[in-house]
Amino acid sequence: MPALRFGTATLLGAHGSCQSPRAASPGAAGSTSQTLSYTRAMAAAETHAISLRGVVKRFGPVTAVDGLDLEVPAGTCFGLLGPNGAGKSTTMRMLTGQARADAGEIRVLGHLLPGGSKQARIEMGVVPQLDNLDVELTTRQTLAVFARIYRVPGRERRDAVDRALQIANLTNRAETKVSELSGGMRRRLLIARGLIHAPRLVLLDEPTVGLDPQVRQELWGLIDRLRASGVTVLMSTHYIEEAERLADTVAVMSHGRIVALGKPEQVVRAEAGEQALEVYGPPDHLESVVRDAAEAGWRTRRSGPAVVIMRAELLDGKAPDGVRRPANLEDAFVMLTGEEIE
Amino acid sequence: MTAPAHRVRRLEPAALAGVMSRDIVLFGRYWKATTFSSVVQPTIYLLAFGLGFGSLVSHVEHVRYVEYVGTGVVATAVLFSSAFPGMFNTFIRWKFQRTYDAMLAAPVDVEELITAEVLWISVRAGVYGVAPLIVAMAFGLSPSPGMLLVPFVGFVTGIGFASFGVLVAAIAKTIDNFNYVTSAVLTPLFLVAGTFFPITTLPQGVRYVAEANPLYHCVALVRDCSLGNLSAGDLSHAGVLILFAVLMWRIAVWQMEQKLID
Repeated sequence: MPALRFGTATLLGAHGSCQSPRAASPGAAGSTSQTLSYTRAMAAAETHAISLRGVVKRFGPVTAVDGLDLEVPAGTCFGLLGPNGAGKSTTMRMLTGQARADAGEIRVLGHLLPGGSKQARIEMGVVPQLDNLDVELTTRQTLAVFARIYRVPGRERRDAVDRALQIANLTNRAETKVSELSGGMRRRLLIARGLIHAPRLVLLDEPTVGLDPQVRQELWGLIDRLRASGVTVLMSTHYIEEAERLADTVAVMSHGRIVALGKPEQVVRAEAGEQALEVYGPPDHLESVVRDAAEAGWRTRRSGPAVVIMRAELLDGKAPDGVRRPANLEDAFVMLTGEEIE
Repeated sequence: MTAPAHRVRRLEPAALAGVMSRDIVLFGRYWKATTFSSVVQPTIYLLAFGLGFGSLVSHVEHVRYVEYVGTGVVATAVLFSSAFPGMFNTFIRWKFQRTYDAMLAAPVDVEELITAEVLWISVRAGVYGVAPLIVAMAFGLSPSPGMLLVPFVGFVTGIGFASFGVLVAAIAKTIDNFNYVTSAVLTPLFLVAGTFFPITTLPQGVRYVAEANPLYHCVALVRDCSLGNLSAGDLSHAGVLILFAVLMWRIAVWQMEQKLID
């Protein structure tokens, strides 16, 4: 798929710099102290593409997001992990201004929300969880409409559409109606739509949910190239493998808060240790393994037909027979959230 | 410390143009059907009322009946081509196609989204509102320069009723709820507007209601424009239509903001 290749230059340099026009002239602010504090603010804005402090969102009696603190460094791929109902989608909607926080402070690309929300949305791209493409339009028309909405200047619009078609490998489907595209193509078009204005931040809400493994691999390649080109990616997912493969940093969310944060391997080490022991056997054997483990103070979890004993590296000889394997993010996730993944 | 915001404004033309560009592309697909129905409908009205009823009544308010109906039906065309798209398009794009969700995640605010949709519907209503006049010409209505004002009257009336449609969509729980509005609100509005008979024939109480009907003012204004009877009194008709348009637009935006932003 040669068309899928795209580099930093095309992605970042496309419509001129996306960065704030004021960034170039901090000296205009006047007094030295003003200039200094202003520069410091800019520096903060540059290092964190997204920052949330003490963010709370309630829906009636339900608190969906409960004092969330989160900082996404610029230029990284950040994975927001959590079971359904953990508050990931609500967080995403707050970042696009479609939900307003009841308390706390949200900044996106340096813009304070909700006042700066539209400016932030001009500079970022959003790929939604649910397909909200216009089925009556063609692929090209979809991209052309959004090029306009994203304020791509008239003379650059055609090139922007062509580039987005290339990124999503949809050039030969440009004139096809969206209703006639396959599921994988529609998902690629959703991504292309979010990249039409060469944003420096992209929000991906469950980018591969409901897709078959082959299409998922294809999208992972696309997201990985995006990250490699210097775009900040915030991705919510409940696929552990997705986060493990793509994210520089993961945050595990549960009940509206971050319960673990770090590089995937750090989170695994901290929450699940180095090794896991998988014990297989008939149900009554497994039950007795779970009972014994509880007495010995070992943490266990069910995983399909097996019982997994965590931190197997500490068991020294007392452990039942089973298969040892390195601990993974799934182990850490279950230990943290108490919830199995599908 | 505030963000380095190059502050974006409300109601940006770029956002309105973006939302409307989608409507225009879609219009390229269905303009034939729209044009067909907007010509056939007034033709049927004119045949049924103008010829059928007109054989019993030759003149109403010193105007030949076919001219009376031909000018009156403009308001009917404007009502139906604005209130229905306001209701159905909004509901379908919002709840079923989730188009609004996609646009609001992009740099478009609810106010811009609703304003653009209403503007587009109103432009269409203004243009298609002229169709009955053209059809009526085939039935003997004479062209007059005042008719050039009719698209503008249709446009302003369209803003009011398209916004009313959006408001209904914002409040309705299901698309079936629209039936209540169609039968209990739109049908009486369209009948008691001086379209087919003068409201002076109505009992005093009903007449007050008819005078509060924005569509009545649209009918009166279109008729005066088309038949060369414009006078200072038409300023009050125009005033009512503008007031109705602005009021409905603001309420529709406000209600959709409540619904679309959590």
